[in-house]
Amino acid sequence: MERILDGVAAVGRAAIGLCRAVGAVAVFAAIGLSGVVRPPWYWRNFARAFAEVAYFSLPVVGLTALFTGMALALQSYTGFARFNAEGAVANVVVLSITRELGPVIAALMIAGRIGAAFAAEIGTMRVTDQIDALATLSTDPMRYLVTPRLAATTLALPLLVLVADILGVAGGFLIGTGKLDFTAAGYLRATADFLQAMDVISGLVKAAVFGFFVALMGCWFGYTSRGGAEGVGAATTQAVVAASILILGANYLLTELFFAR
Amino acid sequence: MSLPPKLRLCGLRKAFGAKIVLDGVDLEVERGSSMVILGGSGSGKSVMIKCVLGLIEPDAGRIEIDGRDLAALSRAERAAVLDRIGMLFQNGALFDSLPVWENVCFKLLAQKRITRRAARDKAAEVLALVGLGPEVCDLWPAELSGGMQKRVALARAIAAEPELIFFDEPTTGLDPIMGAVIDGLIVDVVKRLGATAVSITHDMASARRIGDRAAMIHKGRIVWTGDAKALGNTGHPLVDQFARGEREGPITMDLRR
Repeated sequence: MERILDGVAAVGRAAIGLCRAVGAVAVFAAIGLSGVVRPPWYWRNFARAFAEVAYFSLPVVGLTALFTGMALALQSYTGFARFNAEGAVANVVVLSITRELGPVIAALMIAGRIGAAFAAEIGTMRVTDQIDALATLSTDPMRYLVTPRLAATTLALPLLVLVADILGVAGGFLIGTGKLDFTAAGYLRATADFLQAMDVISGLVKAAVFGFFVALMGCWFGYTSRGGAEGVGAATTQAVVAASILILGANYLLTELFFAR
Repeated sequence: MSLPPKLRLCGLRKAFGAKIVLDGVDLEVERGSSMVILGGSGSGKSVMIKCVLGLIEPDAGRIEIDGRDLAALSRAERAAVLDRIGMLFQNGALFDSLPVWENVCFKLLAQKRITRRAARDKAAEVLALVGLGPEVCDLWPAELSGGMQKRVALARAIAAEPELIFFDEPTTGLDPIMGAVIDGLIVDVVKRLGATAVSITHDMASARRIGDRAAMIHKGRIVWTGDAKALGNTGHPLVDQFARGEREGPITMDLRR
């Protein structure tokens, strides 16, 4: 009996801990977001974060999208050939990329690049008293550090995903025309025929949500890190893992919202 | 009527979980004086300062600055009071994403009291007060030695001309000569600004150089307050043991044998 109760208590403790953590993150996010509508705004920090996400991540995200589009074209061709449906390759590539793979892959890359960087930067500032120093210099650390990063990543990731969409389709096009027997005009026509505005828009909305989660996890784990270099390292790992899980979970929910009928 | 003390703490308490760090701290610091707070590692010195700065919420007790209870003030009024406090962190806590001149003028820039163009000249001016040349302005914190980082941090703490300045172990981690230099700079700038200074230290030489008055904190309470110059000959067994760094005495370290 005792043992059963211990087990129940452990489950209860875990559940309470989870609720508490989710609540704390929600409050943190609300405070961070409230800085968007109230001055002072730290434009330099916003611009720096924006450039880091939208510009300096271009090579990584671009290459990933290109290779994904290429592999997708090849894979769907070999699969569809069994049913004499090779013509659907362009369709499959463009819909998969814009609806799912573009946003998800770009967001996962950004989680690794930007989420980790945010957690490491802010975590180092925490353990070296720089965040306390901000407060003693009449600067709200949430507004100075968190608000610009949340805003910049949320706005920049859709732009990045737009580029990823284009390069993903280009990857499919390269394989379709170079290796498989599509004509350039035929492939492009098939791509354009099936693509609807909603496919791209849903992907961009997903990107904004994912960008928010990546920045939020990076800032949260950095801001709450403690225990020197080891603590910052742990915060960085946790930020990437948590952001990745949130991205994939939110992706399912958003797909359900946009496309389920 | 005499002016109220610059800083007064009454019954300040703070516990982290079951660990009681501050157990009713009472302290008064006269306007324009320099108070040194002594205490062993983990005796709650830093927590006390962080309570005053609003970085940690105390569990109980009053914090008065210029006779005004911080807890009774509105957000804006409290911000205005804290705005006139400067702080030198133990390891400098310089912002490593900003060059030295932006570090020094951070507060002035954040409050738009100065343009970015003027900030560089202002930074050079303040750096001169701590014995650094204008060429330091464009360096990054990571490029500075420990002593220079401390001096830049000191410059940052005084750039906005605070009325009350806290120094958290200003000489820890420096060689004795650089420690003496930093102490001298602290005495100079505090005098120049006419500010009130509160320093935490466990360096006795430094305490005698910086302080007019001294207080000893032990197990979360102030156990002694007196003249800083008398340290080592106070007649208080606890303080004298600490000041002379003796192993035998009323303070015992819980070491496992």
